[in-house]
Amino acid sequence: MSLLVFVEQRDGQIKSTSLEAVSAARQLADAGAGGEVVAVIAGRGTASPESLGAHGADRVLVADHDLFARYQAEGYTAAVAAAHAQVKAAAILFAASAMGRDLAPRVAARLGAGLASDCTALAWEGGALIATRPVYAGKAIQKVRIAAPPALASLRPRAFAAVEHRPGAAAKVEKLDLAFAAAEARSLVVEVGAAQGGKVDLTEAEAIVSGGRGLRGPEHFHLVEELAAALGASVGASRAVVDAGWRPHSEQVGQTGKTVSPKLYVAIGISGAIQHLAGMTSAKCIVAVNKDPEAPIFKIADYGIVGDALEVVPALTAAVRAAKANA
Amino acid sequence: MKIAVCLKQVPSTDTRVKVSADGKRLDPAGVTQVINPYDEYALEEALRLKEAQGGEVVACSVGGAGVVSALRNALAIGADSAVLLKTEGEPDSLGVARLLAAELAGQGYDLVLFGKQAVDDDAAQVPAMVAELMQLPCATVAVKLEIAGGRATAAREIEGGVETVEMALPAVVAAQKGLNEPRYASLKGIMAAKKKPIAEKAVAAPAPVVETVTLTLPPARPAGRIVGEGAAAVPDLVRALREEAKVL
Repeated sequence: MSLLVFVEQRDGQIKSTSLEAVSAARQLADAGAGGEVVAVIAGRGTASPESLGAHGADRVLVADHDLFARYQAEGYTAAVAAAHAQVKAAAILFAASAMGRDLAPRVAARLGAGLASDCTALAWEGGALIATRPVYAGKAIQKVRIAAPPALASLRPRAFAAVEHRPGAAAKVEKLDLAFAAAEARSLVVEVGAAQGGKVDLTEAEAIVSGGRGLRGPEHFHLVEELAAALGASVGASRAVVDAGWRPHSEQVGQTGKTVSPKLYVAIGISGAIQHLAGMTSAKCIVAVNKDPEAPIFKIADYGIVGDALEVVPALTAAVRAAKANA
Repeated sequence: MKIAVCLKQVPSTDTRVKVSADGKRLDPAGVTQVINPYDEYALEEALRLKEAQGGEVVACSVGGAGVVSALRNALAIGADSAVLLKTEGEPDSLGVARLLAAELAGQGYDLVLFGKQAVDDDAAQVPAMVAELMQLPCATVAVKLEIAGGRATAAREIEGGVETVEMALPAVVAAQKGLNEPRYASLKGIMAAKKKPIAEKAVAAPAPVVETVTLTLPPARPAGRIVGEGAAAVPDLVRALREEAKVL
C-alpha cells in the first residue's frame, strides 16, 4: 500500500506546510503504513515538483489545468480522487491550511472515508491510522482510529517538522490523467486579496505578540506592533479587544479565533481567560506582561513581568532591538 | 429564499474540560450547552437575508433529545421552524453530513448555512461534506456574503488574506466570526418560539468510520517564573529569552 499526500501550491510555489505533510507521510510509510509516498499537485505550471523527493516523496502526480492556478474545490477533489484511484492509498494526508481544511472533507465525502482534522501526531498501529488531535481548542487531546482505507488526515501547520529525509533526491514526476471539464467547476475563486504588508498568518507564525485590554485603548496597540516588528513576530489579540472593535477578528487568538503554536508567544495585558489559554498553550515559550500578579496567564507563562504594559513594552522593544543588533 | 441553518449544540467556551469515566469523551456533568458560536453567525446571516429578500429560515440539527433546547433558542432568535434529526448513536462527521444531506436534498433550499466549525470537536468537516454529498458549491470560513441574481459571492479567510468565491445557488456557506454581529433572542421572540414547530425525525446514525480511542487532558506546562516588576525587569527577561529559552 502507498501513502498519498495532497501538495498545495499558491502562485505556482509549493507551500511549506505541504513539505511538513510529505515528511510526515514518509515517516508514516517507514513506520509500516506503506512503501511508496506519492504526492499529488493540482495547479498550473507548479515550480519544481521533483524537489518533493528531498522530503520523502517517491513520485509526484501533477494535475495541470487552466482552472487549477487557484484553488478550485471540485477540480482539486477530482484530482485527489483520481490519484487515489491510481495509487490505492492506505492514507491520504493534507496540510490543515485554509485550502486543506476545505478540500479534505470534500475528498472524504467523495471517497466515503474517515477524516481526522488538524492532527498534531500520527501513528500506524495494526493496519490503522491513529491520529492525535487537539479538541475544545486544545483544552483536551483526542486520539482517533481510522481502520478503513483510505484514512484521511489533515496536519496542523508547524506541528510536524519539514524534514529532508533524502537531501537532494528528485521524485519521479508524472502527469495525472484527469478528465475535468470546466462545467464541473461549481465555484470559482475570482480574487485573492493579500493582507497588507504581506503579514505571516498567525497559524504559521514563528513568533506572536498579542495584546489585550491591559493596553487600555486601541491607540496604544502600536506598542504591540512595534514589539512584534522588533521580534519579527505577527500581531495577535484577545477576544475582548476584538469584540470591542480594536482589532480585526483575523488577529484573535483563542477558542473562537486561531489556535496557534509559535516558538514564542508574548501576551501583553492579557489576563488569560480559559478560551484564550486554549488557543496558545502549545506555544514553546510564553512570556506574559500583566499588571495583576494573580492573572491566570502567569500560571502558564514561562516568564512573566508584573507591570503596566504601557511602561514595560517600550522598554522591552528597545531591549529586543538592542539584543538583535548585537546578535 | 429558503435557507437551512445547520446548528450544533456544544459545551460553552468557558467550560473546563473533565474527561468521563470511559476515558473517551467530555464528562457532561455541570456543562452548559449552547448553540455553537459560529452557528450563531450562520443564523444571523440567514435572518438578515430573509429580512432583505423574503423567504423562510429552517434550523436543523442532529443529536439527542437535549438538542431541542438549542433549536428552541434558534426559533426564539428568529428561525421560522426547526428539524431535529434525532439519533441516540454517535455518528462521526461523515455520518452527520449524510443525515443532513438526506434531509435537505429535494426540499428546495437555496442556501444551506453552517458555522465554520464546532468548538467541541473542532473538526470543520460537515459543511464541505454536505456540499459534496449534495453536489453543491461551497464556501467555507466566510467573512462576507452577498446574494444577488441567483448567485452567491463569498469572501473566505485564507492564510494572511481573503479569497473571493463566486457560485450559483443553491450553495453551502460556512460562517466565520466577523460575518456579522449576531442578535440575541428578544422576550417577544422567546414567547413566539413556543408556538413554532420543531419536527422531530428519528434517524439511524451511520456507523462511524472515525472511532475515538481516548480523550485526555493536555500535559500541564512546567511552572514558569515571574522575572520581576516593571520596566526594571526587562534586561533579566531578555537575558532569559536569549540564554535559557534561546528564542531571541
